[in-house]
Amino acid sequence: MACKLIFGAVQKVSEKTADLAKGGMRLAGSRIRARRLDLGMRQADLARRLGISASYLNLIEHNRRQVAGKLLSAIARALETDAAALAEGAEGALLDGLRDAAAGQGGAADLERAEDFAGRFPGWAALAAAQARRIAALERTVQTLNDRITHDPHLSAALHDVLSSVTAIRSTSAILAGEGAVDAEWQARFHRNLHEDSQKLAERAQSLVAYLDAREDEERAPVVPQETFEAWLAARGFHLAEVEAGQPLADPGRVGSAAARLIAAHAAQVRADAEAVPLSRLRAALERAGPDPAALAGELGADLGRVFRRLAALPEGVGGQPVGLLVCDASGSLTFRKPVPGFEVPRFGAGCALWPLYQSLGQPFVPLRTVVETAGRLPQRFLTFAQSRMDHPGGFGSPPVVEASMLILPAGGTEEAARPVGVTCRICPRAGCAGRREPSIVG
Amino acid sequence: MVKRVLLIEDEPNIIEAVRYILTREGWAVDTHANGATALDAVARRRPDVIVLDAMLPNRSGFDILRDLRADAGLAAIPVLMLTARGQRADREMAERLGADRFMTKPFANAEVLACLRDLAGLGAG
Repeated sequence: MACKLIFGAVQKVSEKTADLAKGGMRLAGSRIRARRLDLGMRQADLARRLGISASYLNLIEHNRRQVAGKLLSAIARALETDAAALAEGAEGALLDGLRDAAAGQGGAADLERAEDFAGRFPGWAALAAAQARRIAALERTVQTLNDRITHDPHLSAALHDVLSSVTAIRSTSAILAGEGAVDAEWQARFHRNLHEDSQKLAERAQSLVAYLDAREDEERAPVVPQETFEAWLAARGFHLAEVEAGQPLADPGRVGSAAARLIAAHAAQVRADAEAVPLSRLRAALERAGPDPAALAGELGADLGRVFRRLAALPEGVGGQPVGLLVCDASGSLTFRKPVPGFEVPRFGAGCALWPLYQSLGQPFVPLRTVVETAGRLPQRFLTFAQSRMDHPGGFGSPPVVEASMLILPAGGTEEAARPVGVTCRICPRAGCAGRREPSIVG
Repeated sequence: MVKRVLLIEDEPNIIEAVRYILTREGWAVDTHANGATALDAVARRRPDVIVLDAMLPNRSGFDILRDLRADAGLAAIPVLMLTARGQRADREMAERLGADRFMTKPFANAEVLACLRDLAGLGAG
């Protein structure tokens, strides 16, 4: 009896292990089943032709047994199809896409059957996953546009002008077309107003379109030096290989003198950081001490700010995951932003007041370690490390200059309680947030 | 008893159209176009109802509303807020600051009339 129990347990474990190891082959069973049913063939008949038991074929068809090699070829022949067609197909990315799609609906979909669905209906599954990706992309676009409208007073005023002209035309024409009699003098006056307003509307609409066209050009070519610098750095993948190797910075091209100064200052910082902590030393220290910045600072004899910057400069990230870095001054203005997927950073205005980055401004030199969870359709957890430093570059009695940095690492599987954070209030759906400074337009 | 409305709006032809429809319905209509001096106008005119545009020259309608509600002598006057942006955030801000009603441009004349009748306690008319 005991042997039977142990055997059963071992069998279950081995089934699970085999399931996990099979990867792309896991769905072959679903396709075999679908193909057999398409042909109107009974399970017992197919099993007999293959020389296996019907119960074993049943396990294969429900993806509980791996099928490959000769048996897969025999099944393919019996089902008049190609073995590769049965083996290939729905891959991990498609399953991830389906899981994302289900998560976007609050997990309402039957997740247990995602693999079965992907295996039997790969075309429909790909469509569902593609639509979920499209929705997520559109939501990001809406967030960006809302962000822009909110923080673009000119656009807001231009829209107001257009709609005011429309209002005047609508109210006036409703009076003229309405039931009550309008005497001749008023009629003439309203006709004149309509003419005026239609001209005004045309001018305002043209002005709005011209402004939007100009903005579109700006999107393609940022004109603010800080944005130009950020676009250049992002295009370089936040990694200056030649500077890391002790070579001069490659020509950044036509970026304008102000952006060129920001780029030169950044390159000088990278050069100093690379001389003090070459990436090879950082990688060796990471092997020994892990990604904890405090432990790395001890290993490398570097301050935390430098360790943050070096980790963010690693082209491969940490543990194969990208590393984010935000730096702000005492006013909270972001002076450096390297976002990571899932931790968005607003392009205009300040970020979420609950970011540990801002908390550290009030606690200079105190290292803060905080797990945060972002808001949105797919909340994600990140491990953040923040610290600020205060200098007096003007000497005694001069105003302090404070700079805070926050490193953003993947949270891994930590079960720690996470601080709920957002991007910025205007597009944050969190209700009842103590840090809210303005109403949200979403949620 | 004739009800008085103060229309705080800077678009001259909206003022003319709204003034016409309200006057035709028996309202006494005062108008004011400058955000900076709007509160003085309210204090001087003492209207029964205010129609307040959100975006005015020199001062926003939201700021005017905030100060109006903080003034004990004026706080009870009902306010219909007009804005060209129908965003929920503007509506929420208007409600939080004490607007009694909120309407987005372009509005229908009948809507404005019905709303003002209601705010002035005149019933459905």
